[in-house]
Amino acid sequence: MQKWLKSGSPWVWLTAASVSISIIMVIGLLLLIAVRGLGHFWPADVHNFEYLESNDQVVKVAGEIRNSERIAAQQIIDSGIQLETTEQWVTRYLIKTGNRELYGIDFRSILDPLISKRSQDTAMMVLERHEWGNFYGILKQVKVDGKVIAEGDNSWAVLQKQITATSEIYATIHDIEQGEIGSINYTIERLRLKQRGLELRGKDSPEELGKIEEERQSLQSQYKVLQDELKSHYTELNRASLVAETIEGKSVEIAISKVVLAYQPNGMTIFGKIGFYLHKLWEFVSDDPREANTEGGIFPAIFGTVMMVIIMAIMVTPFGVIAAIYLREYAKQGPVTRIIRIAVNNLAGVPSIVYGVFGLGFFVYFLGGNIDQLFFPEALPAPTFGTPGLMWASITLALLTVPVVIVSTEEGLSRIPKSIREGSLALGATKAETLWRTIIPMTSPAIMTGLILAVARAAGEVAPLMLVGVIKLAPALPLDGDFPYLHLDRKFMHLGFHIYDVGFQSPNVEAARPLVYATALLLVLIIIALNLTAIAIRNRLREKYKSLEH
Amino acid sequence: MSDSSTPKTHGINIDALKSKQSTTANDVTETALTVKDLKLFYGEKQALNGINMTIPKERVTAFIGPSGCGKSTLLRCFNRMNDLLDDVRIEGQIMLHDQDIYHRSVDIAALRRQVGMVFQKPNPFPKSIYENVAYGLRLMGVKDRRTLDEVIERSLRRAALWDEVKDRLHDSAFGLSGGQQQRLVIARAIAIEPEVLLLDEPASALDPISTLKIEELIYELKSKFTIVIVTHNMQQAARVSDYTAFMYMGDLVELSDTNKLFTNPKQKQTEDYITGRYG
Repeated sequence: MQKWLKSGSPWVWLTAASVSISIIMVIGLLLLIAVRGLGHFWPADVHNFEYLESNDQVVKVAGEIRNSERIAAQQIIDSGIQLETTEQWVTRYLIKTGNRELYGIDFRSILDPLISKRSQDTAMMVLERHEWGNFYGILKQVKVDGKVIAEGDNSWAVLQKQITATSEIYATIHDIEQGEIGSINYTIERLRLKQRGLELRGKDSPEELGKIEEERQSLQSQYKVLQDELKSHYTELNRASLVAETIEGKSVEIAISKVVLAYQPNGMTIFGKIGFYLHKLWEFVSDDPREANTEGGIFPAIFGTVMMVIIMAIMVTPFGVIAAIYLREYAKQGPVTRIIRIAVNNLAGVPSIVYGVFGLGFFVYFLGGNIDQLFFPEALPAPTFGTPGLMWASITLALLTVPVVIVSTEEGLSRIPKSIREGSLALGATKAETLWRTIIPMTSPAIMTGLILAVARAAGEVAPLMLVGVIKLAPALPLDGDFPYLHLDRKFMHLGFHIYDVGFQSPNVEAARPLVYATALLLVLIIIALNLTAIAIRNRLREKYKSLEH
Repeated sequence: MSDSSTPKTHGINIDALKSKQSTTANDVTETALTVKDLKLFYGEKQALNGINMTIPKERVTAFIGPSGCGKSTLLRCFNRMNDLLDDVRIEGQIMLHDQDIYHRSVDIAALRRQVGMVFQKPNPFPKSIYENVAYGLRLMGVKDRRTLDEVIERSLRRAALWDEVKDRLHDSAFGLSGGQQQRLVIARAIAIEPEVLLLDEPASALDPISTLKIEELIYELKSKFTIVIVTHNMQQAARVSDYTAFMYMGDLVELSDTNKLFTNPKQKQTEDYITGRYG
């Protein structure tokens, strides 16, 4: 035993074990969120149940089984439900029944022993809708302008055709509203600001105002044309409807314009399910959210996150590098620089919410307020930059991550051999030329390392962003076709905040839970992707400047 | 004494020295650098105690002496490399073209273009061979591709490296061997046509064959440049230099014609050193 301890193998085992535990934990984490998140998009079968209610009536329930858990029978009996069972444990299912406009909630729980009959009907249909959540029922008729055009067996094919047609109209309407009309509104708003600006500067001569008025008139008439076009599309949209019967036998008429997708999961083949799964997955990453973010996609959040990280990186890199160069190359080394270094290192440890508070107080209210006074007086009292937005969020995060960049750049600078500096200086280069031509290129791998750490930290940060620019649902992306294209003053969506919002602030928590996992998985994947890009760039730079090894 | 082959000569081939005699012996040469009462302090410690010397133009002058005698320090004074260190104080003058290089009005970058330097360890930049040689030229604002090509070829030829690298000019300089790297560094230094070339133990990190090549190169280069070389290796000093200065403990003990210094030193200290009593 003594010998074994002395040989050092316990130490090897201990170190190996801690590495294994770390790896297992990381893989476990990723697996958990991947399984929980990705499973959500698989089309679950719809089950029909006959169920004994507590008032001794048998009701019919249809829906997807979302969860099942085993609980003690005694616990159920104690809660006042009459249960005749000899088993110690009973299974309780959480069923997504949908039809919120009829039942008030999407979910209900049922107990296994009280189910008297269960079956699956291949005709059972699931409708994903723009409002009121999913609908579960059996298709009866398809109507256009109140007249029945299909009934019975062929109605399914007709319904799909109608849905495709309305989706196309829907897309056209969306394009007009978001694209052309949005653009016109934006231009009219800019004209208003221009006019207001002229008035403020006392340059509102009649001809200038006339010009603006003329432009506005032409925009208004364009708007009118579009409005008429929209109106005709809307009438077209609202013509078709479907009649369906719920499991209780209640007949419901639903406008097809409200339907996003109709499918019959019980009748799908495995390939059909895979196709459906991929379609849903693609919708998740490419679509806008619906229904208080609990349905649809999260594209704006992905876009906002990546955008913010990129702007943050563009700001933090030069700033941190320049600061590090001064500290290492120009400042006289002594107690003062040592204190500055300690301060910089400590800055990295300040809780991020503190940065959020600082960002709100200094950047948004003070700087933004003053920018508005100086440059955007025409928009006042509505703030332009004096309100949380993309720019302030990026700057706040840049401030949060600048210590990391400074520290790693300084480290890189200190690793450059003296002989390289002397070689450059001996050829008649000044210190600045030496820095630019030789030292900074050679430090670039270290700078990239700093940037990688900064990106990893910034992309996962949520707390400060809630104060300086992230919101639940942004009306427009920060990048679009209207001049000046990149709108740094706009608020934006963020994956991290989206997780918090959907998971904890949503009215429909049960429905949203899988989305929390899926969004978390996506956030992790995006951070990994950003990091891998930066690591690839760093490795190329290292290869190029690998003199450091000798 | 020159005819004897006593142990005093420390293994130096006197015949080789004799053959060199004609080139250096009696012609009067111009002066490249004049050092007047140069004192240098590292903080409180004095490293050079009032050096007076002249470096002849277009000749090779070697500094020899035991470690820590101040020969590298003196060499680094000629292009003001000591300025990079904190806590260094310099008194006295070094004249280049009747201009004190330590005068306040001197542009250090311009001085270093006139007085180039090659260091002990090869220090190519992490760039291509071509860009290494072009470095000084680009600093001077030369952009024309043809001029660059010409100067680079000429410099590499002079540094006896052209034939070895002409097919891979745009490969990384780190692919070269140590000896080739050192010749590349010399090519880089001479590409900007300095008047004086300072060599700080240029061959001490190299193998014997590379050392030989560097020595041949120094011999070739002295027709065009004033060369000052610091070396630990007395045979090397004897082989390549026209004049040799022996330094000891921050003092210049003796500076004279290399032949004279090695065969008939005036000072007892010099004799003790070259015969191997200490050092």
